[in-house]
Amino acid sequence: MFVLRPHPKRHPGGGRDPVHVSVAILVVTALIALFYALSPAHAVEPGEMLKDPALEARARRISQELRCLVCQNQSIDDSNAELARDLRVLVRERLAAGDSDAAVLAFVEARYGEFVLLRPPLKLHTFVLWAAPLLLLVGIALYLFRRTRQRRAQAGGANQQPSQLTSAEQQRLDALLKRPPA
Amino acid sequence: MITELGHFALILALGVAIVQMVLPAWGAHVREPRLMAVGEPAALAQLTLITIAFLSLTHAYVTSDFSVESVWSNSHSMKPLLYKVSGVWGNHEGSMLLWVLILASFAAAVALFGGNLPATLRANVLAVQSGIAVAFLAFIVLASNPFTRIPPQPEGRGLNPILQDPALAFHPPFLYAGYVGLSIAFSFAVAALIEGRTDAAWARWVRPWTLAAWICLTLGIAMGSWWAYYELGWGGWWFWDPVENASFMPWLAATALLHSALVMEKREALKVWTILLAILAFSLSLMGTFLVRSGVLTSVHAFAVDPRRGVFILAIMGLLVGGSLALYAWRAPRLEQGGLFAPISREGALVLNNILLTTGCATVFIGTLYPLLLESLTGAKISVGPPYFNLTFVPVMLPLLLAMPLGPFLAWKRGDLAGALQRLSAAALAALVMLVISFALFWRGPWLAPFGIALGVWVVGGALCEWGARVKLFAAGNEEVLRRARSLPRSAYGGMLAHAGIGLSVIGIVATSAWQSESVVAMKPGDRTEIAGYELTFRGVAPSQGANYKEQVGLLAVSRGGAAVTELTPSKRIYDAPRQATTEAAIHVAISGDLYAVLGDEMTDGSGFVVRLYFNPLVRLIWLGALVMALGGALSLSDRRLRIGAPRRARRPAPSPAE
Repeated sequence: MFVLRPHPKRHPGGGRDPVHVSVAILVVTALIALFYALSPAHAVEPGEMLKDPALEARARRISQELRCLVCQNQSIDDSNAELARDLRVLVRERLAAGDSDAAVLAFVEARYGEFVLLRPPLKLHTFVLWAAPLLLLVGIALYLFRRTRQRRAQAGGANQQPSQLTSAEQQRLDALLKRPPA
Repeated sequence: MITELGHFALILALGVAIVQMVLPAWGAHVREPRLMAVGEPAALAQLTLITIAFLSLTHAYVTSDFSVESVWSNSHSMKPLLYKVSGVWGNHEGSMLLWVLILASFAAAVALFGGNLPATLRANVLAVQSGIAVAFLAFIVLASNPFTRIPPQPEGRGLNPILQDPALAFHPPFLYAGYVGLSIAFSFAVAALIEGRTDAAWARWVRPWTLAAWICLTLGIAMGSWWAYYELGWGGWWFWDPVENASFMPWLAATALLHSALVMEKREALKVWTILLAILAFSLSLMGTFLVRSGVLTSVHAFAVDPRRGVFILAIMGLLVGGSLALYAWRAPRLEQGGLFAPISREGALVLNNILLTTGCATVFIGTLYPLLLESLTGAKISVGPPYFNLTFVPVMLPLLLAMPLGPFLAWKRGDLAGALQRLSAAALAALVMLVISFALFWRGPWLAPFGIALGVWVVGGALCEWGARVKLFAAGNEEVLRRARSLPRSAYGGMLAHAGIGLSVIGIVATSAWQSESVVAMKPGDRTEIAGYELTFRGVAPSQGANYKEQVGLLAVSRGGAAVTELTPSKRIYDAPRQATTEAAIHVAISGDLYAVLGDEMTDGSGFVVRLYFNPLVRLIWLGALVMALGGALSLSDRRLRIGAPRRARRPAPSPAE
């Protein structure tokens, strides 16, 4: 369906109510994604491609970093929407004009805003986002290790210094020890 | 009439659920057996009533009763029967009904098979489970009624054709069974907090339920991914879409829970942590439901347009999650701790597993919710897409995969890392060989990929080594090996299979991500092209008529080295109702990978049809791995020791594969 018209599932305004759209999206679920998914261009038409394969490969990589603004969570590389096509052509024009990858991304961001970047740049308001995985790793590890350390310390302490018996306990112990075996 | 009966049954079910929520818990509190005993019949009655409601909605769908709003807006009289039935849960209202049906089924299963549970624990579990049911039944009855009548319509609006697919018909039930199955772990955790006591037996009761839910989640996610692969038409199978993440997070949490419950069962350690995980795993399932159902994903604004349902589910979530976490904060410190262990030990390895899995889960959580949070707080709109997740989630998983084969070789309490590595030398060697081979084959790159393949081989090899060590392969006589292989418990086989499945999936993921080849060409009849060693000749396009669609079918003759291999027939369909276009990919399956063909539009300049061709190496290993994982889970679940419940474990030395 990607070839025929904008994706009905990921393309709001396809005539379905939001609930229906979200039900449809529910079904796009999958397995563990380890390793960067180098999914290739899906919506690129033969006419759009650049002659130079190295340049075309760069265009592909850049396209996967840019969001199709009228779609739901699709890169311009995946989308058939008109806007995505225009952006793909724009990216290739900039590359053909000699721009670096970063310059192309900056050019598109300047025109369409930060929302267009699928990899949010590290800034003040995205600091938590980027720092979170590391902070969480350290935090969870510390929590679990401290719990077990603490407990070992408690148990170790208990072994070295047995807690004092209360006088009542001492009396019971004495009575037990004195009692002749049954 | 039948529809009204269903509606009535649903309202009755709500009443029964309230009774089941209150009386058994009160009975457990005041130690009154007669009150506690209300739980079981109530659970069965609740299941019966919800089943009646569900069947009557199904009846409305099957008979295409277009005076029911839900049927009218989601079904069509010309649809094949399978999709009329699956249409019941292919929409918001029906899927929520399926949700409570599964919830009630799990509660009834506890009532039926929970005979060996202590009476108070069983009563509390059933009460908590019913508390969840009350919330969702109230939601359905008040805000999401599937039985709403409208003036009869001549014809329905139809089901989205991309959803008319066998894999997709069964995908939601599996996913929901997984989501909702975690409610049992949640109910057990809350019941344990209410009682203020947990022990190894508790973990032993919780594990099979979590395992059952985990199997369903694994299968459900794999099915969805498989469907996306062949139906969406470009061979993608994972998009880091928020809705995918919503199902992936509970899977990660459930996987962590399975492992921490193991520590708790065997060594009485990690009790408090396990309870917290059980609460979190189900909370993530609830959040998944909220994310998908509230429309908040489409945009923060879509949520504001029709906030009734979203706010309702948000309130349910706040109540259940907030309430259980508050209970946890209040009661958990009282729980006794047990079992000490050194950092290098089976427990230590499982703790590492939990650290990495929960971090991975939290990373996905933050990546999914950060844009929503940022937008609602500051109005700034950012996108968090696949590049983010690949940069953050993947590095967290790498050490997990590296450490995975080691865990089973470490003894409880205090393990021997050098010894474990020594026993894994065969796996390490296999991984090294694969590393060299893949570098030799694909020296052009990407250079990280061979390491990924080696990692997958290391994990699969590790599972094989574990089996070899346990049956004393090459160390004992053939008879002894056979005897040991037979007497190895099923749960041991289950664990090894699940680990091997992960390894297989990793290999498939890496191979297809790194070495997929593709070609997009315009072809006229007679044109030839090549991809991955296959030669393809385009024979043209012919029209054809299906049950409820018309299609254009392209014909590609495939050969390899001059010998004909197969013919591929990718097509473009236009469905009758709703009038919508889809592409049907044609796939040729070989051991080395899938040849995947998609028919595109006709070029306007007369240069023929656009044909997209992909070769996805080893891609099937992704789903094969998931199947192997689920099989491992099922084997483990069928282990008698797990099923019987929790007899007091005889004290015996820590079992290790090295014995």
